[in-house]
Amino acid sequence: MTTNAAPQPSFPEPRSLDQRSLDHRSPVRSGTRPKPILFPARERDTDLTPKLWLKDLSLSYKVDNGSRLLALDNINLKVKPGEFLCIVGPSGCGKSTLLHLIAGLQHPSSGSVLVDSHKVDAPGTDRILIFQELGLFPWLKVGENVEFGIKMKGIPKAERLERVQRYLRLVHLSQFQDSYIHQLSGGMRQRVALARALATEPDVLLMDEPFAALDAQTRDLLHDELERIWAETGRTIIFVTHNVREAVRLGDRVALLTFRPGRLKRGYSVDLPRPRHLEDITVAKTAREILDDLREEINKSLEEQYGAEAAR
Amino acid sequence: MGLKRLGKNLIFYAVLLGTWALLAALKVWPPYLFPTPKGVTEALYAGFQDHSFWIAIAVSMRRVLIGYVISIVLGTLLGLSVASNKFLEETMGGLLVSLQSLPSICWWPLALLWFGLSQNAILFVVIMGSLLSVTMAMEDGRKQMPKIYAMAGRNLGARGFPLFWYVLLPASLPFIVSGLKQGWAFAWRSLITAEMLYMSLGLGQVLMMGRELNDMSQVIAVMILIIAIGYVVDGLVFKTIERRMQHKWGLTPAT
Repeated sequence: MTTNAAPQPSFPEPRSLDQRSLDHRSPVRSGTRPKPILFPARERDTDLTPKLWLKDLSLSYKVDNGSRLLALDNINLKVKPGEFLCIVGPSGCGKSTLLHLIAGLQHPSSGSVLVDSHKVDAPGTDRILIFQELGLFPWLKVGENVEFGIKMKGIPKAERLERVQRYLRLVHLSQFQDSYIHQLSGGMRQRVALARALATEPDVLLMDEPFAALDAQTRDLLHDELERIWAETGRTIIFVTHNVREAVRLGDRVALLTFRPGRLKRGYSVDLPRPRHLEDITVAKTAREILDDLREEINKSLEEQYGAEAAR
Repeated sequence: MGLKRLGKNLIFYAVLLGTWALLAALKVWPPYLFPTPKGVTEALYAGFQDHSFWIAIAVSMRRVLIGYVISIVLGTLLGLSVASNKFLEETMGGLLVSLQSLPSICWWPLALLWFGLSQNAILFVVIMGSLLSVTMAMEDGRKQMPKIYAMAGRNLGARGFPLFWYVLLPASLPFIVSGLKQGWAFAWRSLITAEMLYMSLGLGQVLMMGRELNDMSQVIAVMILIIAIGYVVDGLVFKTIERRMQHKWGLTPAT
C-alpha cells in the first residue's frame, strides 16, 4: 500500500523507522498505562528510499575549559516523503540544533544527513528552515521577502512575481505584498515566513517552534492552515516544538528527544484521523502518554539546572 | 509643531544677525577685523558672481567625494576583516582605536613626502580622516547585526557576494549609518584643512586667500559656505537614508 508517491489527502500511515535507534535507550517502565506504539520496523519499508535520513548523527561542541559537550548523540531517523514528523523534547535537548544540521547551517561531528540519499554539506533550497525568530528581512517588503530565495536561485523576474503571488495567496496575505514586516501582526509574520520558505519549493520544510510566541487563537488558525498547505503542497515537514499536544495535533509521528545529550528516546505513531483539533480528547489522550515520558526528561533538565545553581 | 520650531529658529537667527550688525555698527573693532553682515553678503554675492565660489565648491566636492568613496570601499574591507578575524580584532582593533585620536592633518607631512605637493596628497589626508570612522562603523555593524539575518540568508540560498550585498549590508545599515555620517564629517573637515595648506583651488584655499588679502568678509563668507555644505549633505543624504530605513524597519524616527 505504501508507495513512494506524493502524499494523498488520506494521510499516510506512519511506519518505517529504524527501530534500533529509537528504543535502544528507552528506559524500562512498568506497564501501568498502555505502552505507546513504537515505530514498527518492517523489513519491506527499508527498501523504500527515505526523503530524509539522519544517519548516526552526533554533534559535540568544544566548551571553554577544553572539554567537549555532547549535544546530539547518535541520532538515527528516517522520514518518508510527504511525512509530517514532530520532534519534542525539553529545552536544551538540541532540537533546534538538529534542524540546523539538517538545514546544513551547522556540520555534524559524525554521521550524516541524507536527502534523497545525497549527503548534505551546505545549506540548500531543497531544505528550508523556518527559524523560531523567523529572520524575516525588515528592509524588504513582504513580497520581496517571499521573493528572496527564488531570486538567489536566479529564477527570472516574471516567474518570481508569479510565484510570490501564488504563495502569498496560499497564506492569505495577498493584500500585504507591499507592507513592511513591522506593520504585520505576529500571526501574519509567521505566514510570511511560511510563504518565503514555500516559494523556493523545498522538498523538506523545517520548522523550529514556529508558533511558540503566538496567542492561542492565532496558533489554532495557523495549525489548520499549515495542515491544509501541507496537504496541498505535499511537502515533507519536520516540526520542532516543546508543546506535545501541538505535536500530536500536527504530526504523523512524534519523536521524543532526551535532555542533554539529545538522543532519540522514543517514537510514537499518531494514528488519529484528520483533521484534528488541539482540544480533541483523542489528541489529549495521546499527548498525555508522550508527556509522561517527556516529564522525566524535563525533570532531568530541571535537576541539572537547579542542582548547578545550588552548588554555586 | 514644525511651524513653531521654524518660528523659534527665525527669532534666534534674527537676534544673532541683529547682534552681529549692532556690534559691527558700533565699530568696537575695525571693519577689516570684524566685518558687517552686509559686507559678508556682498562677498558671497561677488564670489558667486565671478564664479570663484562655484569653482571652489566644485573642486572641493569632487575631492571629498572621491576620498569618501575610497574610504568606504577600503573601510568596508578592513572593517569586515577585523570583525571576522579574531587575530586581527585583537591586534589591529586596538591600533584602529588609538589611531582615531590622531588628527588626520598629522598625515600631511608624510603625504607631502609620498605624493608631493599634489591632489593625491590632499586625497590621502581626506581618506585617512574618514577611513577609521568607516572601518569601525563596519566592524561594529558586522558584530552587532543580529546573526539570524545571515543564517536566514544562507538558508535561503544566498552565499558569497549576494549574501553580503543583499543581506549583510542592509542588515547592518542601522548600525553603520551613524559611522558613515561621522566618516563624511571627518572627510569634509580634513579636506578643508588640507586645502588651506596648499594652493589648490578648493574652498580651503579661497578661505586662506581671504586672510592674505585681509578680506575678513570673504573669510566669513567661505566659512558660511563650508558649514552650509556640511549641513546640506547631512540633511539631504544621511537624513534621507535614516528616514527611509526607519520607515522600513519600523523604528521610531528621532524627533
